Amino acid sequence: MKAKWLVLLAAAGLALGAGAAQGAPREVRIGFIAPLTGPFAQVGKDQVNGFILYLEQNKYKMGPLTVKFTAEDYEAKPALAVAKAQKLIQRDKVHVFLGGLLAPTGYALAPVADQFKRPYLSPAPAGEDQTQRKRHKYYARLSFTSGQCQHALGDWAYEQGHRRIATVGADYAFGYESVGGFQRGFEDKGGKVVAKVWPRLGTVDFGPYLPLIPRNVDAVYALMVGPMSLAFPKQFKAAGFKMALLGGTTSTDEFILPNMGDEAIGYVTTSHYSAAIDTPKNHAFVKDFQKRFGKMASYYAENSFTAALYINEALKRTGYNPDKIEVWLEELKKIRVDAIRGPVYLDSYANPVQNCYIRKVERVPGDRNNLGVKANSLWNVVIKTYPAVSQFWNYKPEDFLKHPVYDKDFPPCKFCGQ
Amino acid sequence: MAVFNLKNFIELSFNSLSYAALLFLLASGLSIIFGVMRIVNLAHAAFFLLGGYMALTVYRVIGTAFWTLPVAMVVGGGVVALLSMFIERYFLRRLGQDTVAQVLVTVGFAFILFDSNIIIWTGDNYMLHRPWPLDDSTVIGGISFPRYRAFMILAAVLVWAILYFAIERTRAGAIVRATVDDPQMARGIGINTNIVQMSIYGLGVFLSAMGGVVGGSFLGVSPGIDFQVLPYAFAVVIIGGLGSLTGAVVGSIVVGFMDNFGTALFPELSYFALFAPMAIILAVKPTGLFGRG
Repeated sequence: MKAKWLVLLAAAGLALGAGAAQGAPREVRIGFIAPLTGPFAQVGKDQVNGFILYLEQNKYKMGPLTVKFTAEDYEAKPALAVAKAQKLIQRDKVHVFLGGLLAPTGYALAPVADQFKRPYLSPAPAGEDQTQRKRHKYYARLSFTSGQCQHALGDWAYEQGHRRIATVGADYAFGYESVGGFQRGFEDKGGKVVAKVWPRLGTVDFGPYLPLIPRNVDAVYALMVGPMSLAFPKQFKAAGFKMALLGGTTSTDEFILPNMGDEAIGYVTTSHYSAAIDTPKNHAFVKDFQKRFGKMASYYAENSFTAALYINEALKRTGYNPDKIEVWLEELKKIRVDAIRGPVYLDSYANPVQNCYIRKVERVPGDRNNLGVKANSLWNVVIKTYPAVSQFWNYKPEDFLKHPVYDKDFPPCKFCGQ
Repeated sequence: MAVFNLKNFIELSFNSLSYAALLFLLASGLSIIFGVMRIVNLAHAAFFLLGGYMALTVYRVIGTAFWTLPVAMVVGGGVVALLSMFIERYFLRRLGQDTVAQVLVTVGFAFILFDSNIIIWTGDNYMLHRPWPLDDSTVIGGISFPRYRAFMILAAVLVWAILYFAIERTRAGAIVRATVDDPQMARGIGINTNIVQMSIYGLGVFLSAMGGVVGGSFLGVSPGIDFQVLPYAFAVVIIGGLGSLTGAVVGSIVVGFMDNFGTALFPELSYFALFAPMAIILAVKPTGLFGRG
């Protein structure tokens, strides 16, 4: 008798459960905040387009859920990004939002996520402390920290036989953190950074800075962004510098690369992505992106594509219930994804552990791998892969975090002037 | 602070001089326009950048070779000059001598051009073609002199010589000088000062846009360069004096050297190193070193 009751109860429970399932959400709402007008518009469009490419390939479906995607323009103004995030959360009722390009926007958006308990997945802002000393619960980064891969390039530079290097880095946080990572990776091996030059952000005439670069070094490491990336190698070569030129993520990224000239050939830079990664997955991605948007795929586009992949994967493993935010966000922080860029998983500080690619700029005759990219284009050809690089490089997180965040004066320039 | 020796002192001086040359191409037109029309042309740097974008289109149409730079300079400068004359005729001329209105209208055009550049040429960053003979550097006494920088200096000297000759030695120059000195009297003796003013506005903008073509294969062409160089153009004419060609030469050299040396020696104070002397000159001689009272 008792058993019968139990069966009945169970049946009722199942029926209720089914009812709940029927009332379960049929859509997942995702917001994306990018600079869609103004000087950063092209990069912002790359960001959004990477996400859209994923959605289109999956017919705007994540499992049984229909994706409702809203892109918002923040004109590269952090304050406006915050307003747009609030709009997305309160008016559009998004389950998750992504966005931002430069570090200040990342720092501005993360508190909004915690305030509204709505996840913010960062597809670009690289400020180190966001996944180090100033973390937020509802925040995860799916791109990279400024210094992450630069450590690997420092290591590689030493392996190449370089012993004395001068750095030239844009005079702001992303520059300090990138140069800092490179310097640490290089000096840990025994190399010496003998001069650090800091051109003002946006410098396009390097006339005042070039004479400050010592000529008796084995290589120069340059961390440039945007228009600086175009002007620097040209003026560097024209000023008669013959030594090897190394650089950071943005020094030759695929946003700037198509507009560079022969002066860039031989430039060795590092990033967690390159359009020239030779895997079937990346070939398909570059080909599809080129076909759909008429541009070489950049890391901005790949980051967004991977973010979409991540959201889908986390929802899939938690039964496609986007309303259970804490559940799928926890899952998202645990899973390992086979992204376009290679295998990725998040460390316990919510930053990706991933491959770092050492890339050399080469002009490849014809249509490389028949991907439809313009013939004779410049490519970031991968010459070495450092697998599973963490933001903490070879250090234990606890030890790494004892130091201040990379700055103009940290690591100190012990060998400057030697 | 970096240790200085004779070698990088010479390098830095050469870089300063070439930057001064580019500033002269940019600012001489600004100065001339003010001298003749009493208009503070805040759209001047926008025309500079627009010249660079025009050259980009010219290169896309005619391709690039070692002879295409002069073509781009003339065509790029010319098209922008025509546009500016249209603006002068239908917008600026109606304002008379209303300074506030002039400032607002020219700033307005600067913003319109900023956005329309992005619409037409996207926000991508470009570097204009540079003819191969100018791409390398010439080594003299162990010091590398970039040839493109030498070219910029040469271009500025040529422009200065042509302007000087045209203003001081030709009939057209005499008409312009008459319009500057006493527009009413000039009209009285049958000079159409409207045409003179429109031509001068076109000429000043031509110089700026041509400077933009020259600068485009050095600084690159990307949104924001316009507002980045504008304060420098004003520093040049404020130090040298608005309306004076000699002032533009001296102002460019002073600004070019102060900015380069200031930035190299005191990177933290680089803006201060440039704008503090400007403030001092303004305090001592409000019309600038060579300005008209």
